[in-house]
Amino acid sequence: MTDTDAQNSDQEFDSDTAPGDEAPTGHTIASGLRTYLIGLGLAVLLTVISFALPSTHLVWAPAVPTALIVFAIAQMGVHLVFFLHLTTGPDNTNNALALAFGVLIVFLVIGGSVWIMNHLNHNMPPMNQVMAMQQ
Amino acid sequence: MTIADGTISHPDDPYRLGHHDHAHGHHAPGHGDGGPASKRIIVGYGFWIFLLSDIVMFSAFFATYAVLKDATAGGPGPRDIFDLTNVGIETACLLASSFACGLASLALEARRALWFQLAMALTFALGVAFLLLELREFAGLVAEGNGPQRSAFLTAFFSLVGCHGLHVTGGLLWLLTMMAQIFAKGFRADMQRRFLCFALFWHALDIIWVGLFTVVYLLGAGT
Repeated sequence: MTDTDAQNSDQEFDSDTAPGDEAPTGHTIASGLRTYLIGLGLAVLLTVISFALPSTHLVWAPAVPTALIVFAIAQMGVHLVFFLHLTTGPDNTNNALALAFGVLIVFLVIGGSVWIMNHLNHNMPPMNQVMAMQQ
Repeated sequence: MTIADGTISHPDDPYRLGHHDHAHGHHAPGHGDGGPASKRIIVGYGFWIFLLSDIVMFSAFFATYAVLKDATAGGPGPRDIFDLTNVGIETACLLASSFACGLASLALEARRALWFQLAMALTFALGVAFLLLELREFAGLVAEGNGPQRSAFLTAFFSLVGCHGLHVTGGLLWLLTMMAQIFAKGFRADMQRRFLCFALFWHALDIIWVGLFTVVYLLGAGT
């Protein structure tokens, strides 16, 4: 292996950290602190927007729930990147794939339940009518 | 880079078709030819799988809550019982706690025992503050007769938020264990991997709380 090869693989190793991993080589405390501070700043910003959004009338009222969910997903992304250190580096491929699968299951469970139960509620007479029929 | 027959190959790509010499080139762990990935990577991956399964379990509680949130049985609805100021303080506590946990992992990396213990103590104090605020909210609801047995909505609410609270309680016990173990055993490699898992757990709890305060509290109080 030549010197250039060694240098290349060192550089790869630097960008090659698992979630929560604090970068085994080459990273200083200052850069780690900066990552956490950026993450904290973005998370605070998104949280404040989420809490303030319903009371301000900046967003068309029927769109507020969708906007809140979008901000929540954005904040989860911020936490994943800046606090759990999920990257797309080679050693993170497995973690990213597992996350993708987890997200699929979460959407199936929540979306499927809400979808099916809404249909059931739609096709059922209101509960007070059911009670009246039983009497 | 050459493009022939619709395939793209790169002369530096050790896995390009027809290339069998893997002995040189890329040596980063996880590439397959740099040896097995380090224990730290594998431990992180395994714990990440556990966290994802935990999140899938939470998604079932979220689905239950979404389905039952209108089943108030004549009792109070989300709009009547939620105090958003209290929720805001809880959110601030948990986010600050997550940040303090990040500081602790930086201190661990720098092997500064005092800073590590201080950051962990701060993480613990903020976590306890979150838990006390949540318990006070629960106690207030139960005292008003709005306990989990009042309606299906309140059952789903107490299950979902209570399950997160139980995770935080478990995390706080784990946190104290980590402080004691690092104090007693020092910055050993196995302790560092154990702390990596704890940090992942603590940050993941904050991710679940983001979904929780949005779906339960903000959507409940606003719509």
